[in-house]
Amino acid sequence: MTPTTMTPAATTLAATRVFPEWRDKPLDDALGECRDMVESAEFETVQRWRDQGGKVAGHFQVYFPEEIIHATGMLPFKVRGAPLEPTRSDSHFGSYLCSILKTSLELALTNTVEMEMFVSHPICDAARNLAAIWGRNTDYPAQILYLPQNPNSAGSVDYLTHEYDRVKRLAEEVSGVTITDDDLRASIVVFNENRRLLRELYDIKRTTPWLVAAEDAYALVALAGMIPREEHNELLATLLPQIKERSLKKEDRIRVVFEGGFCEQPPFDLIRMLGRTCYVVDDDLLIGLRYITEDVPIEGDPLRQLAESYIDRSSYSPVQHDLRKPKEDMLKARIAGAQADAAILAAAKMCEPGLEEQVTYTHTLDEDEFAYFVSEFEETMSSFDQLELQLETFAENLLFA
Amino acid sequence: MTTLTDTPEIVGRGNREGADLFRDWFTDLNETAKSGNTAAYVFVMGSINEILKTFDFPVTFPEINSLQTAVRRVAHEYLEEAEDYGYSPDICGYVKADVGTQLRGGEHPMAQIPKPGLTVLTNACNTYIKWAEIWERMYGTPMFTIDIPGTRQEGLITLPGEHDFEGDRTYVETQLKELITLCEEVSGTKFDIDKFREVLGYANTMSASWERILDLNAARPSLFNALTDGTIYLGVANGLRGTREGAEYFERLVEEMEYKAANGIGQAIEERYRLVFVGVPCYPIFRRFNELFTDWGGTFVNSTYLWFASGGTNRGFQYDLDNPLTSLAEGILINVRDAMDSMFHQNRAIADMAENFDIDGIIYHPIKSCRTVSTGLADGRKHMTEQFGIPSLFIESDMMDRRVVSEAQMKNRIDAFFEGLASRERQALAGQKG
Repeated sequence: MTPTTMTPAATTLAATRVFPEWRDKPLDDALGECRDMVESAEFETVQRWRDQGGKVAGHFQVYFPEEIIHATGMLPFKVRGAPLEPTRSDSHFGSYLCSILKTSLELALTNTVEMEMFVSHPICDAARNLAAIWGRNTDYPAQILYLPQNPNSAGSVDYLTHEYDRVKRLAEEVSGVTITDDDLRASIVVFNENRRLLRELYDIKRTTPWLVAAEDAYALVALAGMIPREEHNELLATLLPQIKERSLKKEDRIRVVFEGGFCEQPPFDLIRMLGRTCYVVDDDLLIGLRYITEDVPIEGDPLRQLAESYIDRSSYSPVQHDLRKPKEDMLKARIAGAQADAAILAAAKMCEPGLEEQVTYTHTLDEDEFAYFVSEFEETMSSFDQLELQLETFAENLLFA
Repeated sequence: MTTLTDTPEIVGRGNREGADLFRDWFTDLNETAKSGNTAAYVFVMGSINEILKTFDFPVTFPEINSLQTAVRRVAHEYLEEAEDYGYSPDICGYVKADVGTQLRGGEHPMAQIPKPGLTVLTNACNTYIKWAEIWERMYGTPMFTIDIPGTRQEGLITLPGEHDFEGDRTYVETQLKELITLCEEVSGTKFDIDKFREVLGYANTMSASWERILDLNAARPSLFNALTDGTIYLGVANGLRGTREGAEYFERLVEEMEYKAANGIGQAIEERYRLVFVGVPCYPIFRRFNELFTDWGGTFVNSTYLWFASGGTNRGFQYDLDNPLTSLAEGILINVRDAMDSMFHQNRAIADMAENFDIDGIIYHPIKSCRTVSTGLADGRKHMTEQFGIPSLFIESDMMDRRVVSEAQMKNRIDAFFEGLASRERQALAGQKG
């Protein structure tokens, strides 16, 4: 079925551009612009969107069906924390909590990112509280999208379809735009193209990692959560061929898989440091933007297709239990798929699911006698000297063993 | 005022009988383990005992096992064992104490804990899922998650018959049917609908009684300490849910509380300040923690703990025995959702208590171990204070890890809180006179 009907709002969205800096520049300069935009704690692209009259729906980590928001003409904005001090939000939380909660709320309390609705998910005990906290401190809807925690139940697809329909009704109310199945299909087409391009980027990381630095690849992915997806598609479609044509030489570095970036993000400088030491050939950084692993079919009920894709054609993370996807097996598959020499098993400080999974991962890799490096991070950390020294030693041990 | 020393046998009966039943339950678990049999591992927020007891599964609650190691002051041994195994100091202490128990082959101060034969959990706490994955990996235990969709936004609670509620209820019912199939496979026994109705009947009695008991504590003076006595009642409410013994216990407990209310019999101390407790008790110094309040005449008349740690059965939901499975799905959805609400949207619960229990203060006790309960408390308190102006105290420690519990610091803050309450009283009196 070919998507044809689009509402005026969706048409306007498709035409809006908020990140012109990279255009018509040599590749290195364009990538520099991407890095600068992602490193900024100001999220200027969202403000530019608003300046053009657009509405914004914030969605917290990990996965969210952005197509639903996109179809209403709003900008789906991935709330993933920020590299800033949570000066105002800190008093809203107790101790012993991860940083991403605080810096995300800070964006809202300081109006750094203004939005019309916010959605969190039951990914962990802290994130489930976030919607309630957010709602008590803002004047727009702050809800939880209850993604199924029993994807193995025969009822999970029906349930999730119903839940997506509920979110659709909310998005329609907030945006003032009623959407049709064809509107949704049109959005799915845009996102399918985006997923294809992101898979292409990760293919480059796996096969020729010397062509794209870890921090550049990260910036290219992260932009998906803060600019219109059509614009992101243009960005990737323009830059990926140029990256492939680079004449950079392969260096003598170990190939690593980075695991632990599914929710709170490591500081950009930490990713940069990793890239200096190793080739990061695969990772779970911002996995929610890449969670659906295949095209979402556009035949039939689009909400059901989105639900089935989440249940049956998706990646993994420590915050989803699925009997078909034991996480240690999934990690091993990721390592094997990337032909990695080692794994970096990271966890954000105070991240309960991440820290718990780390135990399983280390025991599993011990059994397989596979090399790994364990680390904790916090998005606001700024000193990496010690960590870099340890990582270099670890890498040298593997290179010169 | 009548005190415990000159009252008849009925007073304090619930505590004595509750302790006996609790010990008997652990004795049974011990025998199960010694004979090489397994138990169903379940959790307090949605144990689904209604189905498990229909199949006569012995059940054990790892949360209760873990807190018992803290009450018995040996938790640190178990925590250290789990940390040596690789678990971070920053994760749930209940999980780590259980890992320690498993690594010791079930050795526990109250009993030999059987190995899991089946794990049933809800998503009321996400850590339940991570926790059950540990047993799944250790033992290959079948693990079944009953996924209960919670309230999507504060104040937007769907009701039976509404489109969105029915979508959720259908999902829960589908899962319950799948759980029954799994139970049949694990036990080798066919599901008995008549026995199921009998179990639901006992659960109905317990729920109605629990609701009544909590309501009765609005009496002045209050009848029981929600922190200490309440924890004994909770043990029975969870461990013996859906059993004849549990139902009879709760009927007798109602009788005791009604007797106390009718005769103006309060707690063992003179009640000066009526408090609500929000969070999870400080089990490493359980008795002393309570004394820090009772020494000032502070009594806990209610707590969010009694709501969420009973899996929301405080609502008194009654299953329809003519339509048992559909009704169970509806009840589980309503109860567990309510339990989650009393953690994530706890101000509604506290406002309810403030309205009905004539309280003088709110004690917030966020704990390092539990982000489910603790994450929203600072913000909730901020808004609660703005809305109601009720004096409150915010003390952080832990439910398991004594390394995070500073009794001296706690005492300083609690003393200052009560001095503030006393000062407010004096000012109010002076205002009346002036």
